[in-house]
Amino acid sequence: MTATHESAAGLGEIDTDPAALHPITITVNGTTHRLAVEGRRLLVDVLRQDLRLTGTHTGCDQGVCGVCTVRLNGATVRSCITLAVQADGAEVRTIEGVAPDARTLHPIQQAFWEKQGLQCGFCTPGMVLRVQEILEQNPCPTRAQVREGISSNLCRCTGYQFIVDATVEAAERMAEGS
Amino acid sequence: MKPPPFSYHRGRTVEHAAELLRELGPSARLLAGGQSLLPMLNLRLAEPAHLVDLGSAPGLDVIRRDGDMLVVGATARQAAVEHSSDVRALVPLLAEAVEHVAHPPIRHRGTVVGSIAHASAVAELPCAAVALNAQLTLLSADGVRTVGAEEFFTGAFTTSARADEIVAQVAFPVTGPGTGQAWSEFSLRRGNFPVAGAGASVTVADGEIVDVAIAICGVSDRPVRARAAEAALLGTRPGPEVVAAAAAASIADLAPRVDGDLAAHILPVVAAPVPAWGYRASVAKSQVRRAVTTALTRAGGVR
Repeated sequence: MTATHESAAGLGEIDTDPAALHPITITVNGTTHRLAVEGRRLLVDVLRQDLRLTGTHTGCDQGVCGVCTVRLNGATVRSCITLAVQADGAEVRTIEGVAPDARTLHPIQQAFWEKQGLQCGFCTPGMVLRVQEILEQNPCPTRAQVREGISSNLCRCTGYQFIVDATVEAAERMAEGS
Repeated sequence: MKPPPFSYHRGRTVEHAAELLRELGPSARLLAGGQSLLPMLNLRLAEPAHLVDLGSAPGLDVIRRDGDMLVVGATARQAAVEHSSDVRALVPLLAEAVEHVAHPPIRHRGTVVGSIAHASAVAELPCAAVALNAQLTLLSADGVRTVGAEEFFTGAFTTSARADEIVAQVAFPVTGPGTGQAWSEFSLRRGNFPVAGAGASVTVADGEIVDVAIAICGVSDRPVRARAAEAALLGTRPGPEVVAAAAAASIADLAPRVDGDLAAHILPVVAAPVPAWGYRASVAKSQVRRAVTTALTRAGGVR
């Protein structure tokens, strides 16, 4: 099915087919992908379904819970309320791009493991990416600053205490390592 | 695939976007950061036939001083406004209000102008725009017109902008000496929309309030100026009793809303119990008191 609209104002023929594919280029964890997507395709669906990077989860699909958090040009965003076409030309980092290699955890991931900063693990990818951003902006946060920072992401298992513990532990390790 | 089908169009410039809106008709919606529109699309509360994306149009992400106004362009992110030293120095109420908008990952993408154009009755930025008497520039294929914030909001999610008009920028008056501003709100959870909130801008000269503007959100279908509270403050030498009386006056002239009536203005879907009007009004009163007290302290006018 195609649909077009002939413009009177000299815009030429406007393609109004919702199924029209739009070319986008996104660089995910250092690898550049050229894709063609419908306008309504969500960034999280491109990551999970097209690129098979299923570490990014989908939860509420309305920007509330934060499990779909990714870094877009360095800043955490909700990939469930970001259209893939809006990420055209952007650098994306997902949880798959956090560890330095396949055998080594990032210090934040290590601290989450050791401090039991997760139970079911559903919020963990988004939580790790958000904590990484918090620690980049403030390498030595107080517990209150960590709680304020992670208030963007919901966890229904831990009560947040162990996530705060893990973040403080990660901050110390990263300070020692640098 | 959560959002309903729509045809997608990238505005190359703001003028091109305006032409697209004109051509595509009233079933087209404008997309900036998408942090209000995308949830509504995913929930299928909005089903526009076409989206016109303003996101990559050049020159719209400005935050700059223009004479006695601070201009925020249509695609300036909330995070950029939040971290702008110009905004903090020149329009402190805007800087403080934007800190309360959702969470940092939302503010990284959401735009100040988009939140104002979305016109939620409980959101911070429409209310701050009313308190600050912000001037909105509406651009269409016909040209440009300017509308004051108070005339812009006509109801919940409803504005005086036509479907083919773009809020190209919002200009906020720059504060002068003797002016103090503050935002205060109460929300049930960090980052949620407030139950009620208030923004205040107060100018003190020789110990007397010579200019005051207060707006509150959460108690009507749109942000409202608290004119009775302003009248109670203007010309007085401020103290706690005067501020308390003004706070009480701020809700006295509001029409009470029946249960459920206001709920539809706050969230298009009822995801959780919505506080009743009486509670909202009492919270609003407290927020007016707090905002005015802080603004007066910042103006150097109250102990």
